[in-house]
Amino acid sequence: MTPDQLASLSDNLFSISIALYSLAMVAFCAQLAFGRRTTRTRELVGAGGPPAASPEATTGAGEDGRGRRWGVIALGLTALGALAHGAVLITRGLATDRLPWGNMYEFSTATVLVAVVAYLVFAVRTPGLRHIGLFVLAPVVLAMVLIGLFLYAEAGPLVAALRSYWLAIHVSTAIIGFGIFFVSGIASVLYLVRVRYEERVAAGEEPGGLLSRLPGAAVLDRVAHRTAVFGFPIWTFTVIAGAIWAEAAWGRFWGWDPKETWAFIAWVVYAAYLHARTTAGWRGRPAAWVNVVGLGVMIFNLTFVNMVSTGLHSYAGVS
Amino acid sequence: MSTIAPPRPPAAPVPSAPRRATGLLLRWWRRLTAMRTAIVLLFLLALAAVPGSLLPQRSLSQNNVRQYFTDHPTLAPWLDRLFLFDVFSSPWFAAVYLLLFVSLIGCVLPRGLEHFRAMRAAPPPAPRNLLRLPDSGTLSTQLTGPEALDVVEEELRVRRFRVVRREGELSAEKGYLKETGNLLFHLSLIALLLGLAGGKLWGYEGSILVTEGQGFCNSFQQYDTHSSGPLVDSGDLSPLCVDLEDFRAEYEENLTAASFTADIAYGAPGEEGRTTTIGVNEPLRLDGDRVYTTGHGFSPTFTVTRPDGTALEDVSVPFLPVDQATMASEGALKVPDLGGDGEDQLAVRGFFAPTGLIQGGILTSVDPRPLAPQVAIQAFQGYLGLDSGIPQSVYSLDSRQIDRGSLTEVGAANLSVGESMTLPDGTTIAFTGYRQFAAFQFSHDPGQVWVLASSIAMLTGLLGMLLLRRERVFARAVAGARDGGTVLTLASLTRGSGESAPRFAALTDDLGAALGTRAPEPEDHPRDT
Repeated sequence: MTPDQLASLSDNLFSISIALYSLAMVAFCAQLAFGRRTTRTRELVGAGGPPAASPEATTGAGEDGRGRRWGVIALGLTALGALAHGAVLITRGLATDRLPWGNMYEFSTATVLVAVVAYLVFAVRTPGLRHIGLFVLAPVVLAMVLIGLFLYAEAGPLVAALRSYWLAIHVSTAIIGFGIFFVSGIASVLYLVRVRYEERVAAGEEPGGLLSRLPGAAVLDRVAHRTAVFGFPIWTFTVIAGAIWAEAAWGRFWGWDPKETWAFIAWVVYAAYLHARTTAGWRGRPAAWVNVVGLGVMIFNLTFVNMVSTGLHSYAGVS
Repeated sequence: MSTIAPPRPPAAPVPSAPRRATGLLLRWWRRLTAMRTAIVLLFLLALAAVPGSLLPQRSLSQNNVRQYFTDHPTLAPWLDRLFLFDVFSSPWFAAVYLLLFVSLIGCVLPRGLEHFRAMRAAPPPAPRNLLRLPDSGTLSTQLTGPEALDVVEEELRVRRFRVVRREGELSAEKGYLKETGNLLFHLSLIALLLGLAGGKLWGYEGSILVTEGQGFCNSFQQYDTHSSGPLVDSGDLSPLCVDLEDFRAEYEENLTAASFTADIAYGAPGEEGRTTTIGVNEPLRLDGDRVYTTGHGFSPTFTVTRPDGTALEDVSVPFLPVDQATMASEGALKVPDLGGDGEDQLAVRGFFAPTGLIQGGILTSVDPRPLAPQVAIQAFQGYLGLDSGIPQSVYSLDSRQIDRGSLTEVGAANLSVGESMTLPDGTTIAFTGYRQFAAFQFSHDPGQVWVLASSIAMLTGLLGMLLLRRERVFARAVAGARDGGTVLTLASLTRGSGESAPRFAALTDDLGAALGTRAPEPEDHPRDT
């Protein structure tokens, strides 16, 4: 295939992966709607969770057949979507004969793929977490549509400054780190929602609805923390690798370029989250809020800093 | 994390003033080094960095700051008073990170001492009620108490626990490296800050534009702009001269810049230089110094001939690019001393297009490659004021001199290579060609290696701290009630990642099996609460 054909194939695959994710989203909705589960309440003993006892969603075992089937279909569609999504990047890379993260369109597309893969890994390893699929895929589809509408850039060669092996190191880890923090942030948002729900249940109300289908607050909190613990060293490495590259490319390893500044802010906020989670008075909700702020900082760094600020990281390629 | 303060003794009736002051200081110190304060300070640090990315910063672009002052004449001076254009060197930013580091030191040093003691001390005795610990269970065996504990000790030692036996019980611990990693991470942050500070104090950098065939030596007098730390002795810079022999810019078909490379010769002054090629992402690295090419452009060459025949041949001046995509550039040629007296100096203001296109008499550039170079020039005569002592840019004419009338326009033309224009007084200005120039940056940062080493140590510490587990296991042997065997109570305490319950269950199973192979009649009832 010629590079042009590969490039247009890549664009088509982008639409296909959005379609597959949307179908997966519908299937997740169906799972939530049709699958009626008996929720078993048990006391949670765990070092990480909030001290209060919380009803923990059990695994899909208690679910009736129809809901289970929808769940499997949804996961399958998500996996297919992720395959198409990965193919978007591979065909782009082949079309341009370089790593497919040279501009903002490619970077964000890769980031969303990491988030989807991170979710799939959790869903396979911890069946109880499958139910958050809708809450992961809804932002994923939204992000993909926005990327397609506003960030799309034609396949093309890299500018001279990006032709370095550090692109493979620095940008790849940035993508992975961002994708993981994305999952962590969503888990904390869901945690905050679920904690409120559980408080209302404890107060004797019967809120019902979708929230009852979420995993327990303690589980969500643990997922948020473990992903952040995984993401933090990756982000640290991203910043260090970026500094090493900047030393070679821009003549200094750190210069408070807007992107560097926001990477630093994100690092500090995630450091605060990891500290908060082990500090009395900050555990639970306040810590989760810190994590949500961290996600906000990461998104701001990707969108505002790339498109509005002028700095050395102006590789967005968005006109 | 602060250790919990011991309960304070009941206050003495009236403490003396100095003691009161010490008590107050101690209280403030405790408050500052508490984890809660550290989290707040981390937030403040993040918050303090925000304006540095949203407002123009002098350290990044003086021009943008000047522009901001023009656009916001009333607001800007106020922001400036709050150091908002120099956020990262402002006293309040320094206050936040210094407080954070004091808090960090106050927290990490006691922890370090504690850790050092803990590493040398035996694991603590088992708590009285083991079954209250998060992970606990019991095993029964036919072995006697000491024999059963022997088996447990052996199994734990194989798992690299440090084990201490006490009367009828056993304490084991492993994972000290977790805390070591934690301390390494935090101490590396301090080392990193010191490395940064060292680089700021003893580092310097200078930039200069060099046209092909010319060069520069490392001294502050030569640089167009330079900055240096307060402890830099300007007479003691590394002796190095760099000559630019050839510069190449390559482009893809769609005019994306593919590479910029400069062939240079470098060496000590007066020495036969060594040649090398530097470019984007590939600076010249010498012991502690680096030379970068940070930009490029064109230096058109002109020959100016007076009516009396005196000529200035092939003078080249760097024209600064105003558009990187097409390399359209602007610059000025100042000829103060060719013939004529003080009031008859010549100056040329010009626009250079590597590939020119003239539409309606206006020259524009359509391609960054020099395919059809053209210049649009305006010639001025009058007094340039170069000897007035007022500094002026070599890259542009001072428009105030034109407004004031000390320079008068005497001609304008669009020229291709080889063409010339004649001024009313008979002087000719010929556009003879172009050379390329490179923007060089010379950097000296002695702190950089330390910053890199601290960063690597920091990452190592971080990985140890986040991935390792600190585990304590306790076992107590009590004679069984019914059949004379022994009941072992096991418990573990874990700090760190992952879930501890499955691992404890696995350990209990292994211990049960190990006990079983030793005992005549294995009979174990693992219980996991």
